[in-house]
Amino acid sequence: MFTTLQRVVAALGVAFFATLAHAADVTVSAAASLTNAFTELGKTFESQNPRAKILFNFAASGALLQQIAKGAPVDVFASADEETMDQAQKQDLVEPGTRVDFVRNALVVVVPSDSRLTAKSLAEFDAAAVDGRLSRIAIGQPASVPVGRYAKSVLEQAGLWAKVERRMIGAQSVRQVLDYVARGEVDAGFVYATDAAVMPDKVRVLFAVPTPTPIRYPIAVMKAAGDKALATRFTQFIASPEAQAVLARYGFARP
Amino acid sequence: MEPAWVALSLSLKVALWATAVGGIVGIAIGWILAHTRFPGRDVVDSLLLLPMVLPPTVLGYYLLVLVGRRGTIGAWLESTFGIHLIFTWQGAVIAAAIVSFPFVCKSARAAFEEVDPRYEQAARVLGLGEAAVFFRITLPLAWRGILAGLLLAFTRALGEFGATLMIAGSIPGRTQTLSIAVYEAVQAGEDALANQLVAIISVTAVVILVAASRLAPARIGQRDLGRR
Repeated sequence: MFTTLQRVVAALGVAFFATLAHAADVTVSAAASLTNAFTELGKTFESQNPRAKILFNFAASGALLQQIAKGAPVDVFASADEETMDQAQKQDLVEPGTRVDFVRNALVVVVPSDSRLTAKSLAEFDAAAVDGRLSRIAIGQPASVPVGRYAKSVLEQAGLWAKVERRMIGAQSVRQVLDYVARGEVDAGFVYATDAAVMPDKVRVLFAVPTPTPIRYPIAVMKAAGDKALATRFTQFIASPEAQAVLARYGFARP
Repeated sequence: MEPAWVALSLSLKVALWATAVGGIVGIAIGWILAHTRFPGRDVVDSLLLLPMVLPPTVLGYYLLVLVGRRGTIGAWLESTFGIHLIFTWQGAVIAAAIVSFPFVCKSARAAFEEVDPRYEQAARVLGLGEAAVFFRITLPLAWRGILAGLLLAFTRALGEFGATLMIAGSIPGRTQTLSIAVYEAVQAGEDALANQLVAIISVTAVVILVAASRLAPARIGQRDLGRR
């Protein structure tokens, strides 16, 4: 005979584990800058594939890679840079032949909308830093946030990194940089053009910063994917003209 | 200095300051709650527990909105004193003090209520002023409970992560405490550094706990002997 306590424990156990595995779930770990566009695309994909459920996990690409490398059950990975996906491939996490570049983005410098800064290039930006109008600059942590790595590389090329680093407020993702700028807590920040477009009333784009290598976003199915066919269908959907039109609406360029 | 030791010393600095600030505020509020009767006292008592119950992210958001450059308090601080708390270690102290002061407040109230009022009355009869009664009679008698609360507050402040990250950011050497440094190292895949950091914080926690269990009874034992 089971006691009441045993029945309660068994019922709780079933309830706890029952929802852990759902066959048609596709877990998509995507770069923070894709938040708005992918949320919309996920709904479209679900409406076209009624049995599928897309679960998004948005964060800095580097942080997402670490989760996947430590065994997180991720089906699809969309990174904001080639380097992070290269590392994923090097660690044998990517299903061969599924990687494809799907959008391009641009690096921009944004300031709070009420800022009086008018710099039009990194050189003028440097002048503003010297005379004290730029005491805090938000940059994604270069070790885990691709936009921070792009910012660091252009600043290094311009010979400004050492100067900017002293004023740098490190952020956990591009969206945190955007938030710091929008709240006026920093004087400027490095984000993607698409992020700046999310808050046009709170941030102003000072200038675009040309990057030595184009900012391309790759997407790929992970080796750990549960339903590889469905995961592949999602990556193909992201590359489709229909999805590309949505991504273009959010400001992403074609790869 | 190695990054791990920089983070440890910053963590200790922030936690000590937070315990000092939260301790003074917590002891004062605990005394008021134990010694005065006013309408809504129980409501106030419950509200003071909010920082323990609310998610640190909620506290971080409140702080960001209040003491941020565009927040009501933050704008006033900046225009009046030129102080800007966001992204400073002082901001981290405020976050840690807010999450940890309820521990002091709760245990101080209970400890003050356990003090036999006859001792305080005897001191007054013998001519001590109210301040002297508090510092020479009430506080020493309630010290055991308050010390327990202070230690809990210190360990909570040392481990504070969410609210601190939101208002102080993660600036190495300035606001990147040990708990935040661990998070950054894991995010960046620097497992060697992460291992070093978690080892340091685990050893620190054990040392504090052992020290706490050794220090507290000794002091109380001495005091008890002195009273007899």
